Parts: sequence; structure tokens; C-alpha cells
Amino acid sequence: MPYQHTVHHRTYPFADLKTLLAKATPFRSGDALAELAADTYEERVAAQMALADVPLRTFLNEAVIPYEDDDVTRLIIDSHDAVAFGPIRSFTVGQFRDWLLAEETDASVLYHLAPGITPEMAAAATKLMRNQDLIAVARKCEVVTRFRNTLGLKGRFSTRLQPNHPTDDPRGIAASIVDGLLYGNGDAVIGINPAQDNPAAVVNLLRMLDALRRQYDIPTQSCVLCHVTTTLEAIRRGAPVDLVFQSVGGTEKTNASFGVSLALLAEAHQAARELKRGTVGGHVMYFETGQGSSLSANAHGGVDQQTCEARAYAVARRFQPLLVNSVVGFIGPEYLYDGKQIIRAALEDHCCAKLLGLPMGVDVCYTNHAEADQDDMDNLLTLLGVAGCNYVMGVPGADDIMLNYQSTSFHDALYLRKVLGLRPAPEFEQWLQRMGIFDPRGNLQSVHPSHRLLQPGPGVE
Amino acid sequence: MADHASPPESFLSSQASPTDPWGNLRDFTAARIALGRVGTCVPLAESLAFKLAHANARDAVYSALAKEKLRSDLEPFGLPVLELNSQARTRAEYLQRPDRGRKLAEASREILADYPPAGSGPSDVALILADGLSATAINDHAAPLLAWLVPRLRDRGLHLAPLCVVEGGRVAISDEIGSLLRARLAVILIGERPGLSSPNSLGVYLTYDPQPGRTDEARNCVSNVRPEGLPYRMAAEKVFYLVSEALRRGLSGVALKDETELLDSRKL
Repeated sequence: MPYQHTVHHRTYPFADLKTLLAKATPFRSGDALAELAADTYEERVAAQMALADVPLRTFLNEAVIPYEDDDVTRLIIDSHDAVAFGPIRSFTVGQFRDWLLAEETDASVLYHLAPGITPEMAAAATKLMRNQDLIAVARKCEVVTRFRNTLGLKGRFSTRLQPNHPTDDPRGIAASIVDGLLYGNGDAVIGINPAQDNPAAVVNLLRMLDALRRQYDIPTQSCVLCHVTTTLEAIRRGAPVDLVFQSVGGTEKTNASFGVSLALLAEAHQAARELKRGTVGGHVMYFETGQGSSLSANAHGGVDQQTCEARAYAVARRFQPLLVNSVVGFIGPEYLYDGKQIIRAALEDHCCAKLLGLPMGVDVCYTNHAEADQDDMDNLLTLLGVAGCNYVMGVPGADDIMLNYQSTSFHDALYLRKVLGLRPAPEFEQWLQRMGIFDPRGNLQSVHPSHRLLQPGPGVE
Repeated sequence: MADHASPPESFLSSQASPTDPWGNLRDFTAARIALGRVGTCVPLAESLAFKLAHANARDAVYSALAKEKLRSDLEPFGLPVLELNSQARTRAEYLQRPDRGRKLAEASREILADYPPAGSGPSDVALILADGLSATAINDHAAPLLAWLVPRLRDRGLHLAPLCVVEGGRVAISDEIGSLLRARLAVILIGERPGLSSPNSLGVYLTYDPQPGRTDEARNCVSNVRPEGLPYRMAAEKVFYLVSEALRRGLSGVALKDETELLDSRKL
């Protein structure tokens, strides 16, 4: 169905909903690369004005990628909750944006609304929002998940401890884990990106992580971020798998490029749940996403990268994950060119995912060929803290020596907790105090060289 | 008048930087651990060390091919040297339009139209140098690597196409160049994305039967070529092995992969 809007006697036509969504998107390099972006500033605002008048019900009738061609579209349409949709079913996109910002629309309202929102509705509303709106709306949401601790509570802020090493050396990894724990990091997960994605190597790392966790009785979960098929093999071999990791995208073809399908994810979800390793809850999935992955796989089908990203959240929420994060600045400047684009995209991703009911975190990051630096990351980290982001990464000195990019450091998490009065997950906070890493008021203490974590153990010799 | 003979001692060297009591763990990893802290923040010396590493990486991304130096460095190989450009005209365009870095500019296509000269047959190997994301890598490491590699290729009796030096090139531009030069195999040396500790790391990609439209699974890669990573001689041996196998078996990419891993395990 065609859409149009007239500005100053000039009429801008938009052939269909996906074109309208793309043209209404704040500028980013990836949409320009895909030749989907608005040609002028005026066309972009005209598209936003046209989009504001589109009824939300249209999104249930006009799929951006055809229902017959794509299992993500089928998942979105078939799992849509018409009852939850009730309060907003008569709204246009513009009315939905205003309503989201209204005082009366609070955490409880948004919690019950989530199954009634489709990714495209969330993407559309956020395209009409300024960064301030993205923060204000996301901040209202509270998405709590549990495995060995409780993540996402209001006033809490967690980190994934990311102790990567270029050759997966267990002692090198353990050294970074100890460093991170002594800086109060690791409540979301201790998660390694392995240099080698093969079952034997992954099983070794899983055993090492589990031994370390049990030795110090740390109320957190561990994960080796290998391909889902490798994790399934590790489970078959009896490895201690807490969480199943997988990168996912917003179209069937994107997921095929990652070597996954919805059926494979369901199989892994089931296998990990059956291990029953969680002590306070059974959320066992960890997903990563990122704007640009569909374009990179030539699998976007003419849909803009933010909308593709939001559709990935439909895949994620199907499997009730413990953790989801966008790797926003990792994919490169051909998708998000500079700090401004990275910051905007991260706030969009966080807001959309929260609206859809996901426990959203963000890998606040950039590569060396992006026009960004640590100052941009400080800005984004602070904005996400205000927005109520569930977690970020904790990387030694913000420098990942395996993946060769910059993320946030252990120190960055301390800073954010300090300036915003945020605390780690409650079970983990108590452990930090028991271990003498935090004082009773939650401040980091200087530890003595005789501290338990500094004594020889598995991996640290 | 200030006494220039004895400048004030540097703050960074005079200040005993705050440290953590687990500095010994640094023996196990190059990760930035045990940095110490001031309040919740990284101490200044560490903060500036990080900035310097990032500055080196950024400078590498914006570095340019040292063409005159390359011309003289490449002269000893006795091959014609062709200087080419991709369709990416600026660095900003190169970074945002990878598609343009994969295609030759029209003028460069015309240069290649004269090759191979009438009467000469197709060549076995086209050696291509491209700036990629770090021209510094090519300026520093291309000639020393070729000094090991070219004699090995010649000893095997392989016929080499003219050397091509490409500005604004991505890996896949080797498909178009190799195809225009009618080479059986394209080998491109290219600056890799700089890391904080590796602003000038060189990568080598091989593609058998290069044609526009080839994808990554058709290529083999030797990465991290630099004295602190994979040294020149070892890198040249790896590339030579892959070249020999690709030409012998008439393929490259995933199907060659298993045996290169064997090669890795032998620590050649």
C-alpha cells in the first residue's frame, strides 16, 4: 500500500511500509549503503510525518518481509497477542509514541503490553523519538531474569565479565577473571568469546569456568560464546553448560547465514533447560544482535537496519533469554559511521528491546576504523545507565585483545554505579561483601595480596 | 630565564602510579589487568597509554601508501609495477562504501587492459598490494615479505603477473585484478583493521581462479603478518604452501582449510 506526505506543496510518495520505515530512519551509513535512506533531510521528516499517521493495525496486515518467505515474520504474526494489544489497537504510530511518554504509562502497563507489540511497531515508534524519548521510555521498563542471581531489578546494573584471550590460554583467561571480580564485575555472566570454535576446546573452557565459579561459590553464571551447535555438542559430552549463546538476526536468511534456525534454537533451549543448573530461575539463553547484520549477510530484503534489528528481538523473546545485548559499534563504520550514529542506534536498540520485554544490555563499543573514541563510549555508557540498561561488558582496560575492539572496562562499571547510585545484582553484591571486595556501603575496597582470589587455584598457578 | 638544561621532572614518571597487588598476573596475559585506580577511574599513566595506542591505530587507518618508497622497495623483484585505484575516492568514502573499495576505477581498468601484453600467455600468480585499513602495514611489511616469497615462487617456475599497488582497495578487488590479468591465482597483501596493540598488521588472501563475485569461502587467509606476530619468513612459507596447493588442486578456500590447519599444528 502506498503512503505519502506533502510538505511545502511537495508530495513525497513512499511505495510501501518498509520503504516508509527506511526513509523515516535517522541517518546512518548502513541504510545509505543499502540505498534505502532518505535522499534529503526534508524527505526524512516527511516520511516521519507520514509514519506518524499510520495505524498500528496496519503492521498486522502489511508485513515488511512476506509471511510466506520468512519464518521470523511468521513468528511475529503468529505469536502476536491480540488481548495485550487491546489498549493501543486504535492508535496510530504517532499516538503510540505520545502515549508511551505519558505519565500513566508505567512499568506495569508496559509489562502487560509487551506481547501485543510487534518489532515493527516498536521500531516505527522509536523512529519518531529523540534520544531523550528513547531514554525516558526505556527507563520505565523493568525486565527481570534469573539463573543463579537476579538481573534487571530497578536500581541495579550488571556487567558481563569478558576475559578473552587470543589463544584461549586458561591462565590468561583466569587472570582477567580475577581482575574483573576484584573490580566487582561479572554478575550478568562470565562469558568468553573463544578463539577456537571446536567442541574439545569449548568443553575445556566450560570446565575451567565452572571450577572457578564453584571454588569461590560465586552467584553468577558462565558461558562460552561459541556457535549453538558447538554448545549442543558440549552438552552431549557432559560439559557444565549454564547458558546457550547464539548471535541472531531479524530475517530467516540472516539466521541461515549464522547457521541457525528457529528449530535449532528451540532444541538448544530445551537441552539447556533440562540441565536444571539455575538455582533461582530457569532463563538459559544468551543472544547477541546488532544493526547491520542482515545487510552484511545480504539478507535484509529492502528493510532498514534498525527494523531488521528489532525483528531479531522477536527471535530472542521466543526463548525467554537471561541476557540479550546489541553489539552496537562492533559491526563497523559501513553500518554505523561515528559516535553519533552508534549512540543513537544503541539507545534505539535498548528501547525497542525493553518495549518487547527483553532483558536488554548493550556492548558499548567501537572499532578502530569508526569515527569514535572512549569519550563517545563514556557518553553512551552514561546515557544507558540513565535509561536503565540491564548490563554492559566489562573488559580489562576496555581493550579486547582477542576481538581487537574497544568496549567498556571494569572501571567504567564502577564509575557508572558511583555516579548513578546503581548496585550489582543482589546475590552478587552480597558475595562481593562476603569476599571483602566491597565494603558494607558498596564501595570497592583495596584487597590484600593474601586475598583468597589471589591464591593459586584452577587456572591461576 | 628558565633553565632549559634541567626541565621539570615529568608528572607521569615522577608519580608512583597506583597499582593493584596482583600485577604478577600480567605474566599470563597481554590484557590490561591490574591497572590500579584513582577513585573509580583508571590512573593517568594508563589512561594516556591507552590513548596513545588508539592514536596509533587511528593514524594507521588514515595512513597513505608511501608510493615512492614502495617503488624503490619493489624494484629488486624485476617485475612491472602498476599503480591502481579503487572507486573509493576518499578515506571517508572507503570506510562507508566497501562496495566501491572492491571495484577498480575506470582509469585503472584501462591500465590493466594492456596486460598481459600480446603474445604472452596467462600468468600463474598475480601479486597485489592494497592499503586496506592500514597502509602502514604495506609500507612496513610488504617488501620484506615479498623478499622471502618471490624467490620461492620463481624457484617453483611460476610465472608472475605485474605487481599491482592499489589505493583504497578491499580484499575482493583482487578478483577483478586477477581476472583482468588472466592470472590463475590472485594473492593480495592488505593492511588489516588495526588493533590497539597492532596498528600495522598485514593480511594475505589467496583466491584461485579470481573472478568478480567470489566470496570469502573461496579464499584462504594468512593473518597477523608482522615481526611481533607471524614473522616474514614463516608467513612467506605459509603463503607459498597455499599457493602450491591451490595451483596443484585447482581450488582455494574452505576445501584447502583442513590441510592449512595441519600446517599450523606443525608450527611451520
